[in-house]
Amino acid sequence: MIKKYRFNKEHLVRAILTVFALSSLLFLFLIFIFILFEGLPLFLKIGLNKIILGFKWAPTKDSFGIFPMVVSSFLVTFGALVIGAPLGLSCAIYLSEYSGKKTKMFLKPALELLAGIPSVVYGFLGVIYIVPLVRNYLGGSGFSLLSTSIVLGVMILPTIISISFDAIVSVPKTYREGSFAMGATKWQTIYKVIIPSAKSGILASFILGMGRAIGETMAVIMIAGNALKIPTSILDPLRTLTGNIALELAYATGDHRLSLFSTGVVLLVIIMILNYIANFGIKRKVLK
Amino acid sequence: MRVNPRFIDKIVKLGLNAQAFFTVGILIVIVATICFKGFPYINFEFVFSSPEDMGRRGGIFPSIIGTILLVMLSILLATPLGVGTAIYLTEYTKESRFTKIIRFGVESLAGIPSILYGLFGFIFFVIKLKMGWSLLAGVLTTTIMILPTIIRTSEEAIKSVPRNLRLVSYSLSATKWETVTKVVIPSAAPGILTGVMLSIGRAVGETAAVIFTMGSSLRFPASLMDSGRTMAVHFYILAREGISMEKAYATSLILVLSILLVNIIAYYIMNRVISKYS
Repeated sequence: MIKKYRFNKEHLVRAILTVFALSSLLFLFLIFIFILFEGLPLFLKIGLNKIILGFKWAPTKDSFGIFPMVVSSFLVTFGALVIGAPLGLSCAIYLSEYSGKKTKMFLKPALELLAGIPSVVYGFLGVIYIVPLVRNYLGGSGFSLLSTSIVLGVMILPTIISISFDAIVSVPKTYREGSFAMGATKWQTIYKVIIPSAKSGILASFILGMGRAIGETMAVIMIAGNALKIPTSILDPLRTLTGNIALELAYATGDHRLSLFSTGVVLLVIIMILNYIANFGIKRKVLK
Repeated sequence: MRVNPRFIDKIVKLGLNAQAFFTVGILIVIVATICFKGFPYINFEFVFSSPEDMGRRGGIFPSIIGTILLVMLSILLATPLGVGTAIYLTEYTKESRFTKIIRFGVESLAGIPSILYGLFGFIFFVIKLKMGWSLLAGVLTTTIMILPTIIRTSEEAIKSVPRNLRLVSYSLSATKWETVTKVVIPSAAPGILTGVMLSIGRAVGETAAVIFTMGSSLRFPASLMDSGRTMAVHFYILAREGISMEKAYATSLILVLSILLVNIIAYYIMNRVISKYS
């Protein structure tokens, strides 16, 4: 009797845990279905070209062009990378190769705490420090591609630092010793041996950082100025895909609301491609 | 002219040093700004009274309660779901195509930006399931959002439990479930707790996903179907609409300090675990 009861209980537990494990897939599926379901009809009705390559966004007058926002999203992401990638990589190298044990004990958690600061707070401080700085020294309103890139660059630092740190640390010690034995200095070892060996992990950290930057919303709408055109200089305001959704979702109705879901579809596709490259295209190589 | 490589080495070291401390400097500037500007406006009344005149006067008590409700309920849902998934992946199955697909799902969920969670929660929970802007819709959306963090940290924690402990348990004729609940989970508990704390930090600071599902009502959420405001949403509205800079600074101080506190506890637990096993 008892044996039979236990047997059943184990099966029940296994069944429940399988359902739990499947729930993540279910949620992912639901997210895809509902965003696509709302976002795709407008692509069919208006035409993919007119939305993705359209220049005019006047959703209440049947113009749903989001091309300037696609370009703007990529511009701020690129800008964030220009600022965040060198700084983040330097920090990762410093942490793994130069810092003493005590400094590391203090530095690493401090850098990871940067990830905990909410994006609204980054946005707010961007408005207080970066925007006036850009306005006073470089001109324009200050709400600009440059300000947004700087703030996003800082926001992606924790991602870049922690992933490239892991990649650098996992380079075998013998590589370093071999290089030192040849009489190479520490820096020569780093840029001729360690960085090339950790290349794929470092690249993955950049791509995941890009994913973070392109998906960032609240900080961006506070700093970017949200103008509906392609910026022609780094001091011009711009509106990103995420900003477009967040700014208008609360009051949009009808086709206007659907067009925000179309914006979401474009964003989702970009994010999935970036994640796929980072997780499967690059990490696989690391394992080999 | 050839520059001495040892000289370059020194310059590089100096440069990297400067950059690392510059980055930490950013964190210090952020925290210091918020502390200095927010501290003068924090008092008993600010914490324990309701906002008046859209937040220009009064306090933030309803948004503190809103934050606590949202975070507690989301954690309550996401923890069993996430830990269960992690147990399934580590204890109940071998690496196979099926686990690969589940891991792909978890990785993908982790990569989806919060605005898309907001968009999904808005159309699915708020509109299709007719929950309206409500605590419930906010909780469900946040649960899905923090799930990947809990799964990944729990999985790491469970994997690091020594195999011998399991073998001893099995040799005492314990069943798999008994081994999991009495041996594996207690040993992995600190690691799991770290993941939970990090998720709390993320949920407290979340704005984009919450504002479109829970709404931004200034009143207390009295039931699951009521709209409410979290501190992060309140802070966003105060700052963006320029309602009151003083109240915005004060709100951000409480917001950031609570998140930092939660994260520091998480790192503290994690460090103790690491030193225990190494």
